[in-house]
Formats: sequence, C-alpha cells, structure tokens
Amino acid sequence: MRSLRRNLPAIVVFFTALVVWEVVVSNSGMRGFILPAPSSIASALIENWEVGYQIWPAAQTTFLEAAGGMLIGTLLGIVVALTISRWSLAGDIALPVAVAISAIPVIAFAPIANNWFGVLSPTSKMVIAAVLVFFPIMINVLRGLTEVPAASIELMRSYAAGSWAVFRKVRLPNALPYFLTGLKVGVTLALIGAVVGEYFGGLNVALGRIVVQSASRLSFEVTWAAIVVASVVGIGMYLLIVAVERVAIPWHPEVRG
Amino acid sequence: MTSQSVVQISDVTKTFDVPGRGTMTALSGIDLQIRQGEFVSLIGPSGCGKSTLLRLSGDLTSPSTGTVTVNGKLAHQARLDRDYGIVFQAPVLFDWRNVEENVRLPLELIGTERAAREARVAEMLELVELTEFRRHHPYQLSGGMQQRVAIARALAFEPALLLMDEPFGALDEMTRERMNSEVLRVWAQTGITVVFVTHSIPEAVFLSSRVAVMSARPGRITKLVDIDLERPRTVETRENRRYFELVTAVREALRGGEGPVELDDLELERAVAEGGIG
Repeated sequence: MRSLRRNLPAIVVFFTALVVWEVVVSNSGMRGFILPAPSSIASALIENWEVGYQIWPAAQTTFLEAAGGMLIGTLLGIVVALTISRWSLAGDIALPVAVAISAIPVIAFAPIANNWFGVLSPTSKMVIAAVLVFFPIMINVLRGLTEVPAASIELMRSYAAGSWAVFRKVRLPNALPYFLTGLKVGVTLALIGAVVGEYFGGLNVALGRIVVQSASRLSFEVTWAAIVVASVVGIGMYLLIVAVERVAIPWHPEVRG
Repeated sequence: MTSQSVVQISDVTKTFDVPGRGTMTALSGIDLQIRQGEFVSLIGPSGCGKSTLLRLSGDLTSPSTGTVTVNGKLAHQARLDRDYGIVFQAPVLFDWRNVEENVRLPLELIGTERAAREARVAEMLELVELTEFRRHHPYQLSGGMQQRVAIARALAFEPALLLMDEPFGALDEMTRERMNSEVLRVWAQTGITVVFVTHSIPEAVFLSSRVAVMSARPGRITKLVDIDLERPRTVETRENRRYFELVTAVREALRGGEGPVELDDLELERAVAEGGIG
C-alpha cells in the first residue's frame, strides 16, 4: 500500500504522457512511421504476439540470452574479484585487462562474437551480454570485499581470527550489497547486449531481429512494440533483483528506507 | 611479576615513523602493573598515547622496546589465546547480524558448541539488559544500546581482561553516566579486570580503582591516583566530597602540578559547579 502511494505520481505521469501522446499524434496528422500512436503500437503488439513477427516467443529468446549472459558474466566477475582481492599480483595483471575489455564498444564486439560463437546460436548473444555484465559485477564485488572498515578487521584480529574467518564473517557479507548493486547495473546491460548481438544477425524470432526487420519494412509500430517489450523484460529483471535485495539485505540503508 | 598480575607493562616505549617528519615517540618509559580484578583508567590529553598503551596490551600494535604481558604471557600469545575482549569507541557491530548474532560472533570463531553458545549469548544479553532486543539489528538501536551489545560481545568468551578504548566518548552526558553505572555493575558481577581509556576526569574517578594520569610528547605516566571511594558507587557518589577531591587531584595531576587533595571550601564549591562536566 505504501509503495503504491509512493509510486502513484510516477504512474499518473506515465499515463498522462500516454494520453497526450495519443491525442497529439492522432490530431496533428503526423505520419505513422515517424511516431505511431500508442493505440497503433498496442494493436501491432497484439497482432504480432504469437503470429507474424512473433513478439512473445522472440521476447522469451531474448530473455534467455540476456539471462545466460547475466549468469556467465556474473560468475566470471565474482571469480575475478575473489582472485584479485586475494592476490594483489592478480589484480595488477587482471585489472588493466578488465578495464580494457570494458572499454571495447559493444557494437564493435558483437559481429566478432557472432562470428566466433555462431551467428545462429544463442551462445554468441550470451557472450556479448556477459562481456557487458562482467565489469560492473567484478568492480562492485571487489569493492565490497576490500572496502571493509579498519575497525572491523581490528575486532577480528582481537579474536585471533584467521584470514579465512575474516573472509567468511566480514568480507563476504560486506560484499553482498555491492554485489546486488552490480546485478542491478548488470541486468539492463545484459538485455542491451543480447539485443545488440541479435541486431548483427541471428534467428528471426528475437527482439533485436524484429527491430531490424520491421524497421526495414517501415512497420515502425512493430518496431516500437518490440522496444516496449524489451523494456518490460528489462524492468522485470531489474525488479527481480530488487526483490532479492529486500530478502537478502533487509538491514541495508538502501532497503530499509 | 606476581601471580595476580593480569597486565604487566615493563619499560615500554613506542615510536612511530611519520613520513616526512622523522620519528615520533608516542610512549616512553612506561611501567604499569594491573592486578586481578582492578579497574584502571588511563587518562590524559590527546596525543599522550593512552589509546596506544591500551592497544599494546591487546597486541593490536607492538612495543618498540620493553615487554607487555597479559596473564603472564606475551601480549601476542594472550591474543592468540583469546585472553581479552575489547570495546572500541565505535560499537563496530556488523549491520547484517542482529543483536544476538553479533554477540555470538566470537563464540562462533572459537567453535563453542551450539547449546553452550546459545546459553552464553542469552546470559550476556541478560547481563547488559538487552534480552528483549535480541532480534533487533544495530540500526534499530540507540548509540548506548549499541555499545552495550559491544560490551556483551567482548565478554562473551569470558576473557580475563576487558580493554575499553573511550567506549562512551561518542555518547551524550546522560547516557554516559548511565553506561558508567552499567559498566560497574557488569564489572562487579563478573570480577573481570578492566583497562579503560577516557578523556573524562569524572568518568575516570567514578569508575576506577586506580587512575593512571598521562602527559603528552612523549607519552608517559606521570601519576597513579588511587581512588578510595566506597563501592558500590551510585548516583550519590558523584555528590560526595571525597569524589570532588579526587576529581581535583586528577585534574591537578593532568595539569602537571602536585595539587591539594584536601580542598578548601571555595575550591569545593567550584568543583561542585563543574563536577558533572568532563
């Protein structure tokens, strides 16, 4: 109830904007391929839900690619962060490499990944998503593992706790909120990665392919519909992380409000 | 060294290398023996090394020369044997653990068996009167309550020695006085030896069996004041003539003079007026 009240202004603004959009487009004689009205986007969505462009199966494909990339990128990010936090030499080697990888424009990498891992295979899209997800996860987990208050370490020292105990009782729980922040950044990037990968080729039943093909046929209401669905998938994944956060770290300032 | 000596500090110096400014002597020629069951406060101006001296006793730092023993062992071995508990100025509680789990932490580390562990945690929470808050998280507690959790945690594995580094420095005066009585009650109930660092004269006098007065640059103990106030010490203690005399004696010692321990009436009046203020 409280969350409804807090989100009410945003909801009101959203629907008002939709109405204004609809009214402006239908009364200004604006051509549909420049900006379709919300109503025609909605009907394109319904018409192409399971037949035609097959937006619903496409959304499932794109979601699975993003989720797979999320999983790979997250695991890699955690492993590298753990390694760096444990051995500083590893950090000296891995950090510059990680920064360099994160600086590669995804647009440039996508065709290469499609070439390497098979343009028709979902693996190539997962790899592209994973590259994007890796960096925010790695950096956040690393910060969580290393930015521990000196007093906490001193307290553990007074208990004659070994480094394994410090890791398990202090560093790991300290890293959890950072990790969840990394996940929140990562989910949206994973979806972007998957869609961009599809953009450069792949099976047609995927959101990125629908965008390419509908746009080339000037069916922009379908393009918009695919974008809306992609956003909804992204928001859904984000909200899932938020829900996990509420359960996992109820004591954290971010969650307790 | 006598068998009842819990902390034995012999001819200790501690120097730090300050980058660009050479070597700084934090402590010089420190000798201090703390007996079983004593409550000793270290008081002095900032930079006199009182916290450093406490940290030496807990092997959180090592002496440059001289030796520190706890329970007849070198401080390092005493730390490995978990002979002491420590309470810092900040409570240093883990946000992700509730009150009970925070108190349980040292018992988890030493691998106390589950049933014994739960019993001990319950006992400690009873001791600091936080039983009904055992499921609360640190952010749901006041500063004074958080510090009581830290005390319960420090006492959890029954150490012989409790080190307290300005534990109530961040609390308001009212809470601080309540916490002082609380600490004395815990001390009386457990019979533990306490080393207490403070910058508050009334606090040091109210709590201690002995007050070690320190001076700065280099840090050294200039005077040991025996606090012969009756126990148990209560709210009335703070209004007692002898209390004011001792507060004045410590203050004089801090100033570096050999002030009068017997007060004339004018001085007593002045002491009453400022008595509650650190």
